[in-house]
Amino acid sequence: MKTFQGKTVYNEIAIGKLFLYKRTENKVKRYHIENIDSEIERFNNAKKMAHDQLEELYQKALVEIGETNALIFNIHQMMLEDADFSQSVENIISTQMINAESAVALTSQNLSTMFSMMEDAYMKERASDIKDISERVISNLSENERKNSLITEPVILVADDLAPSETMQLDKSKILAFVTENGAITSHTAILARTMNIPALICVKGILKEAVDGKEAIVDGFSGTLFIEPDTNTKNMFLDKKEERENQKRLLKKLKGVKTKTSDEQEIKLYANISSVGDVGAALQNDAEGIGLFRSEFLYLQEKDYPSEDMQFEAYRSVAEAMAGKKVIIRTFDIGADKKVDYFNIPPEENPALGFRAVRMYIKRPDIIKTQLRAILRASAYGNLAIMIPMITSQVEVLKVKEMLEVAKNELKSEKIPFTEDIDFGIMIETPAAALISDILAPLVNFFSIGTNDLTQYTIAFDRQNDNVSDLYHPEHFAVLRLIKYVCDNARKENIWVGVCGEAASDLSLTEDLIGLGVSELSTTPSMILPLRDKILKSDFSECRRIVLDRIEPVN
Amino acid sequence: MKTFDYKITDSLGIHARPAGLLVKASEGFRSQIFIIAKDKKADARRLFSIMSLQIKMGDTVTIEIIGDDEDLAYEKLTEFFKNNL
Repeated sequence: MKTFQGKTVYNEIAIGKLFLYKRTENKVKRYHIENIDSEIERFNNAKKMAHDQLEELYQKALVEIGETNALIFNIHQMMLEDADFSQSVENIISTQMINAESAVALTSQNLSTMFSMMEDAYMKERASDIKDISERVISNLSENERKNSLITEPVILVADDLAPSETMQLDKSKILAFVTENGAITSHTAILARTMNIPALICVKGILKEAVDGKEAIVDGFSGTLFIEPDTNTKNMFLDKKEERENQKRLLKKLKGVKTKTSDEQEIKLYANISSVGDVGAALQNDAEGIGLFRSEFLYLQEKDYPSEDMQFEAYRSVAEAMAGKKVIIRTFDIGADKKVDYFNIPPEENPALGFRAVRMYIKRPDIIKTQLRAILRASAYGNLAIMIPMITSQVEVLKVKEMLEVAKNELKSEKIPFTEDIDFGIMIETPAAALISDILAPLVNFFSIGTNDLTQYTIAFDRQNDNVSDLYHPEHFAVLRLIKYVCDNARKENIWVGVCGEAASDLSLTEDLIGLGVSELSTTPSMILPLRDKILKSDFSECRRIVLDRIEPVN
Repeated sequence: MKTFDYKITDSLGIHARPAGLLVKASEGFRSQIFIIAKDKKADARRLFSIMSLQIKMGDTVTIEIIGDDEDLAYEKLTEFFKNNL
């Protein structure tokens, strides 16, 4: 078994036979011509033919990859018509009195060199566009049909790189994956693979030197690895992975767009947890109904100093806009001694989990949270945002943060900066204290989100980071479930909703219990959203409630 | 002569697609149309010339229009830039 590494363009797995794609290139012979006018006419005829061929390709591409990507063939037509191309060819024919094929080849060389010397990666790629259209014109002049190797069964295509017209002329139903020695993320092969959902690896250096034709291979579109003649273990591993992907896709098709509710019409919100702006894609792809936890720490962890209000605003705004009206709950920063953020200057602590972090820091160092609140408020004008405060343990903390929020709102008002006045304000219930005074906290907020990871840790009194006791992690422990019940009961009295954003939300064995206790929102890793929807659709809320209450109620 | 400045907001700058659309838009007029960026000037009807300017997001370009239909061209081109770049 041999492995090759490349860059992946699309996250999927392909298993099949390799096929080496041989491009037939025209050999251009240069010769002297006598009649300039007829030679130029030859060129123009070939050019017109090329224009028509490109029109056909454009139509085919419209259907296969959509208008935006099919436009490349329109661009090719424009390149043909462009004075810099046509006039150059005609000038060379007139002044050097050589055949049209040579004139086109020379023009092509000049223009593609110009593009390949540009700094911009996208522009560099356009050099191959020029080569492609020139080859087409030359083929038309020589009346050669640009023959592409015949593919009779579905294969993994191996090539140096593929020109746009070549990719378009391939029968996509016979392509399992693309593997190219060269190419770029902006190259046409990459665009096609992504649009048509075909696994592709580019920049697989050395692959062309390998004798690949007919050999079995696996394209791992996740890690960017090509396995040639895989051994049995590897093959089985990928066959399993592939089946898992197929199941996910089937689920996706069936459940996307379906409303999440129990069989007895109890509606549950399924949101996604994200840790960066880039995660929004996965959330949307998996049909998240909103973002239940936007961990804002990344903004603080990636910098060498406090992130500015503007920088934060940009990040929050882009997520707000990307989610297009769906709720985005931003958790204000929870930085403590355990996170490596030097510029915060937190003195080392023995117990960072119980230490100076989150809301405790806001109160003693109000400047940092003030900046964040302002940024979130400003971004609220661009979507449906909500604020969530972590590590609450007292009523005083909630009131203090609400006061800071009011100050921020008034500042923005006087600065005439727009924001959503009645932005939702919620808190995380992740400490036993907060759970046990949830009756006092409920009237002060719009929602609770239960952080089951920390709540379980603090309630069962074990250190999550300590391998020796991590087996004590049992979110289904009655102590935790009873606290959740108490929180939900208090929330119901004040008509506010309760969600769960810890790992327990993703645990399918706990879903029915959580819903039965009164949790109406689950925020999870994107890939669990559809499996959870599947589970919830098959559950009966009244039954779930009866069962869990019966189980956890104190023994009398 | 009519001119206007425009700050490119499209994240890809003037890449092949909008360059092609700009050529198409410019061809409809009789006036001469130039696009000036980073001290270089290109004929707005020449695709390769526009692309060689390598105009990126954040760059400010100047459009120069000279001819008898320059008022109409000015109107259409300012709209074009707003909608596409």
